[in-house]
Amino acid sequence: MDGTRKFKVATKHHVTTTINGDPAEFLCTPEQTLLDVLRDVLYLTGSKEGCASGDCGACSVILDGRLVCSCLVLGVEAEGRDVETIEGMANGDELHPLQQKFLEHAALQCGICTPGFLVAAKALLARNPDPTETEVRYWLAGNLCRCTGYDKIVRAVLDAAAEMRGN
Amino acid sequence: MKEAVELLALHDGRAHVLAGGTDLLVKLRGGFVAPQVVVDVKAIPQLRGIESDARGFRIGAATSCAELAEHAAFSAAWPGVVEALHLIGSTQIQGRASAGGNLCNASPAADSVPAMIAAGAICQVAGPAGEREVPVEKIVTGPGRTSLARGEFVVGFRLPKPPPRSGDAYLRLIPRTEMDIAVVGVGVSLALDDKGVCTHARVGLGAVAPTALLVEAAGKALIGTRLDAPALAALAAATSAVCKPIDDKRGTIAYRIKVAGVLARRTAAIAFDRARARNP
Repeated sequence: MDGTRKFKVATKHHVTTTINGDPAEFLCTPEQTLLDVLRDVLYLTGSKEGCASGDCGACSVILDGRLVCSCLVLGVEAEGRDVETIEGMANGDELHPLQQKFLEHAALQCGICTPGFLVAAKALLARNPDPTETEVRYWLAGNLCRCTGYDKIVRAVLDAAAEMRGN
Repeated sequence: MKEAVELLALHDGRAHVLAGGTDLLVKLRGGFVAPQVVVDVKAIPQLRGIESDARGFRIGAATSCAELAEHAAFSAAWPGVVEALHLIGSTQIQGRASAGGNLCNASPAADSVPAMIAAGAICQVAGPAGEREVPVEKIVTGPGRTSLARGEFVVGFRLPKPPPRSGDAYLRLIPRTEMDIAVVGVGVSLALDDKGVCTHARVGLGAVAPTALLVEAAGKALIGTRLDAPALAALAAATSAVCKPIDDKRGTIAYRIKVAGVLARRTAAIAFDRARARNP
């Protein structure tokens, strides 16, 4: 912190973190958000910026097992943490069951909200493999979609949950 | 802790505390604040986690709402505080937002504050002169303003162990079912004797004045009663009487004043039911 006491010019911080299971390092300014770092420094552009105020959920990532908006996390806060993004969801060419079900149910149109919905739904199913429709709707209340009307998304999540439980 | 206090004192007025960041990052982005230094207090051990002993609970100021809501013993002891914390934002916000941040952001509509006031929560404040304890209702002095002195920040909260036959609850009114800012929020905490008569009651009121309020007259209206109709009417009248709300798109002054009383009755009824269910 001595540097910030002496210099008003923001110096870049060196951050060591884990992204989708792989060690990662980056440089960022103190005010850069994790979303800015993911997109503009690491070129992981799957996480989207919708509102930049934590209202829309398009930038959702999982930070140390917790679903968060990466637009409300500073890049420097990723130091020593574990970050999961949409890029870590598919296994190579094999889609995650949630991704597959989003396609089958046509649970997307323009697609901007989709990565956020997928990451949020993944966090839900990790915690609750058998959610009710109400639980799905409340859990996803922080993800906004202006195209689909949500119903197809909710159905896709419930269907993926059933498949992942082996039904 | 010492380093955080020093940094905040050194950069007084140009330093900002970062807890969950759900308010601060929006303000940074919008240019509403331009701090020289941002002090991330989440790494300080005293600011994280929930501890309990025979006297009650101690929660770290930066503990996320999600962690608090998942804590079975805390949720069982203070269901009203937990339901208020759980109303702050979406799942994503819950993973970051904290009770300390919700308080120190000093919004009149902060959901957790009326419930904490009703619960009799005590704030632990660290600063250059050491630590001090302050009732939670003494922290916020106006929209965006607090009584915290130079270099001070909120470290944690103490909540007592709830006595037998006690219960608390929080209700807020919003025009939707989720993701909105309170038009009115009411927290009630009360205790009953072995005959079911109310012996202790505190009412916290949010979103209808420049700060959340402790409504002492509303609590007194319940004491000595079994929350019968006249007691609830007196509670509603005392609650409405202290409202000094603004007129905005969420509600008119007259509407907010009326709803404050209605919500106080409903919240008290839930706390009463919880207290009776906790009858040993």
